[in-house]
Amino acid sequence: MPPFLILEGLDKSFGSQAVLRGLSLEVNAGEVLALLGPSGSGKTTALRLIAGFETPDRGKILVGGEDVTALPPEKRHFGMVFQHYALFPHLNVRENVAFGLAGRKLGPAMTTRKVADALALVELPGYETRRVGEISGGQQQRIALARALAPEPRVLLLDEPLSNLDPTLRERTRRELLRAVRRVGITTVLVTHEQEEAFHLGNRVAVLHGGVLHQVAAPEELYERPATRFVAGFVGRASGLPGVLTADGGVKINGVDGVVWTGEPASDAGSVPGTAVELVVRPESLAFTDADRNSLAGRVAERRYAGSSTFYAVELALGREVEVLAPADAAAEGDTVRVAPAPGGLPPRIFRASPEVLQLEDNPAGSPHVP
Amino acid sequence: MTTRQARFAGPLPYAAALVCLLLAWLVCYPLLMTLLEALGGPNAWTLGHLGDFIHRQDEWMALWRSLWISVASVILAGAIGVPLAFLFERTEFPGRRFLGAVAALPVALPPLVGVIAFLFLYGESGFVSRAVQGLLHLQDPPWHLAGPGAVLLVHAYSMYVYFYLFVRAGLARQDVALLEAAASLGASRLRTLFTVTLPLLRPSLGAAALLTFMTSLASFSAPYLFGGGFRVMTTQIVASKLNGELGLAQVETVMLAVLAILALAAMRRVEGSAGAGGATGVRGIAPARRRLASPVARGTAFVLGWVMAAVLLLPHAVLALISFVPPFTWTTETIPPVLDGRNWAALVTKPEHLRPVVNSLWMAAAATLAAVVLGLAAARLAAVRRRGFLASALEWLIALPWAVPGTVFALALATAFGVSQPWLGRFVLIGTPWILPLAYLVRNLPLTGRGALAGLRGIDPALEEAAASLGADRWRRLGRIVLPLLRPALAAGAGLAFITALGDFVTSIVLYTYDTRPISIEILASLRLQDLGMAAVYGVLLMTASTAAFLLWGRGEAR
Repeated sequence: MPPFLILEGLDKSFGSQAVLRGLSLEVNAGEVLALLGPSGSGKTTALRLIAGFETPDRGKILVGGEDVTALPPEKRHFGMVFQHYALFPHLNVRENVAFGLAGRKLGPAMTTRKVADALALVELPGYETRRVGEISGGQQQRIALARALAPEPRVLLLDEPLSNLDPTLRERTRRELLRAVRRVGITTVLVTHEQEEAFHLGNRVAVLHGGVLHQVAAPEELYERPATRFVAGFVGRASGLPGVLTADGGVKINGVDGVVWTGEPASDAGSVPGTAVELVVRPESLAFTDADRNSLAGRVAERRYAGSSTFYAVELALGREVEVLAPADAAAEGDTVRVAPAPGGLPPRIFRASPEVLQLEDNPAGSPHVP
Repeated sequence: MTTRQARFAGPLPYAAALVCLLLAWLVCYPLLMTLLEALGGPNAWTLGHLGDFIHRQDEWMALWRSLWISVASVILAGAIGVPLAFLFERTEFPGRRFLGAVAALPVALPPLVGVIAFLFLYGESGFVSRAVQGLLHLQDPPWHLAGPGAVLLVHAYSMYVYFYLFVRAGLARQDVALLEAAASLGASRLRTLFTVTLPLLRPSLGAAALLTFMTSLASFSAPYLFGGGFRVMTTQIVASKLNGELGLAQVETVMLAVLAILALAAMRRVEGSAGAGGATGVRGIAPARRRLASPVARGTAFVLGWVMAAVLLLPHAVLALISFVPPFTWTTETIPPVLDGRNWAALVTKPEHLRPVVNSLWMAAAATLAAVVLGLAAARLAAVRRRGFLASALEWLIALPWAVPGTVFALALATAFGVSQPWLGRFVLIGTPWILPLAYLVRNLPLTGRGALAGLRGIDPALEEAAASLGADRWRRLGRIVLPLLRPALAAGAGLAFITALGDFVTSIVLYTYDTRPISIEILASLRLQDLGMAAVYGVLLMTASTAAFLLWGRGEAR
């Protein structure tokens, strides 16, 4: 099936500030794509470009084969849910939800039907006569969704839809949101800075940083095979150990003799022996060991008990800090331990060492790479 | 809240240019004509008039006096209006609501009428003067209502209302969380006042100061009636005209306009950095009113409040009283000997008497409607194109009519639209019923335009974007989203504009004809005929209409 929504080489600058560089993405029909990234990554700008509130300096946007780049937002037939909902304060719920139906000449009976359907979809039937100021934040969010979906748009855009809700409400609303979107089967692009939200809601997740797309893939792929160092650190917890590539593709860890760990190289690491690289490993891929060979010595600096799992921050003798996931009784703060890759765990990833990592190497004050 | 405007809504640049052109034609063109005539005009270019002005000491004196009287008016009006605003917005005491509304009453007193009422109250043979003279057994009247003090008194009385209304609205918008934050950081109430509350009020204070300054600069009735030998620029212009020195009068006009424009520029810098009013971020809850604790404080507030109400209501009361004085019955007695309803009856039995009332009402209504539409159009175009030449130009053009004193502008309009030269954009409007509404329209543009601008800046841009995402084109967005949300700001501007147009005197006196004469001219005519009663009847009518307009529309977020 050909992709439904295509972004081709989008560039956008505000004044001298380049916010998006060469963004190209394809979204399949009925898919939910999450745009994930820290603030300033350009994800909101990308969404606003798709919606038509900004025009790209370069690039194209195609929907169902149609080039909509020059089309004003009111003609694109996209639905959008805003971060602060943007419900019209002077209209009641019914008038808000029916707003997008006005141009269609549906007649009052049909309009009433559609409004009721939209409200039923978000599980708020009977709310027609309520005023915007009378309903709670979570309900406002759902009304905003109903309003966006009532005109049956071809694409749904969500701008940090859950960031305004308190955490207990967020989880529940997230499930309801997913249910509603799946029921309608609409192509959806959602912007968020929370990895958990992106993983829960998105069929695929696109990670943006500094205006550049780092990787777009299903959540498993992102987590297990991150394409860049940034993705490795942003999606899930990770520790980094600088080293050099060996002849057989392993990494000799710097600062200690004879420790060589294996891993999966990312594309930028290459395969030339002697390349300065960084070995990035997740907590669940490390374990405490008694073996002296091929393990790193360290001291437990902090033990963080999180109920179902316990994380140990270990200060290694070579001057770096790593995080280890281990049973709750594995060690206590202050213990001397040895750390090695956990058998059967996710292989670590190997990335070309970035300039910052190399600089830190020269000043071994030791900095935690745990994000 | 972001400060981005709905930039995608970018209206055609042609629309912005068109409105700019229209405003330029209405506002700048007459000014240009005046400037040309000041330099001798198309007939004999000369700098002679300019030279006359520069070399005369009393010209500079008059200019200086205009400046310092206006500054003093701002300070005085602020000194009265701001504490009153705090008193009525932040404290609770019996009668607060009623007295709070009464405190805004001077806004319904048109300038000419107000000055006359003052004369009747505080002039040498005024009621209050005579009362005080009698009570204290004085030989001479206790004071002379003349000179700069008198002018300042009148200014303070009529203009403190701007500070009162704007600051009250500003206080009502403030978030109590900010005050609580200051307190938690150890700031005393006084310190919080000076470091948090007042700075946050800068937009309101700035707007009120600007309005007061401009009104004072252009004020004519008070200096004319009370100034005596103390000449300000506006009265100086009239004197030059009466002396036949028309060229000099034009130069004086230009000088006054230059002063006003400089002041406008200075004020805009102060206001500009504060964002010209509007949203200051997430809206919180306003602080609760403090109950005045001690019964002494409460009692004092109560008494003072009623005394103040009485003083403020005196001019209105005096006008009402005099409206019952039949013509030629009151000469030298302290209190009018005869009081009956003859004057009021005449209104009904002689329809000709109602003519000025009808004239004023329709002209003010037409002008206000046009001013709202034009002001809104200009504001919308200026607000959408945040930065850029056209946006600044539009904002300037909207505020520019304030820079021009009423008489000046009227004369300029008369000059510009006295001949038919369509290729130069000149049509004959003088003598037609349209010139007065046109004059009112332009004079009131700053009120409606700035009100619309402030209101527009307070609307969350996401609302328009949401409407667009739902398929609404720019007209539907305007009609269903922007206008309904803008209603309070627009209504406030329209209310003030209507009142100003209704009671206008200085513009009308230059441009009226017998058929189109408004109420203020009729008042003057009655005064000239020594028919005080009739003059007062019209004054009362004007007051009533103004109060009604104010209560209906002007009370909201007046800016």
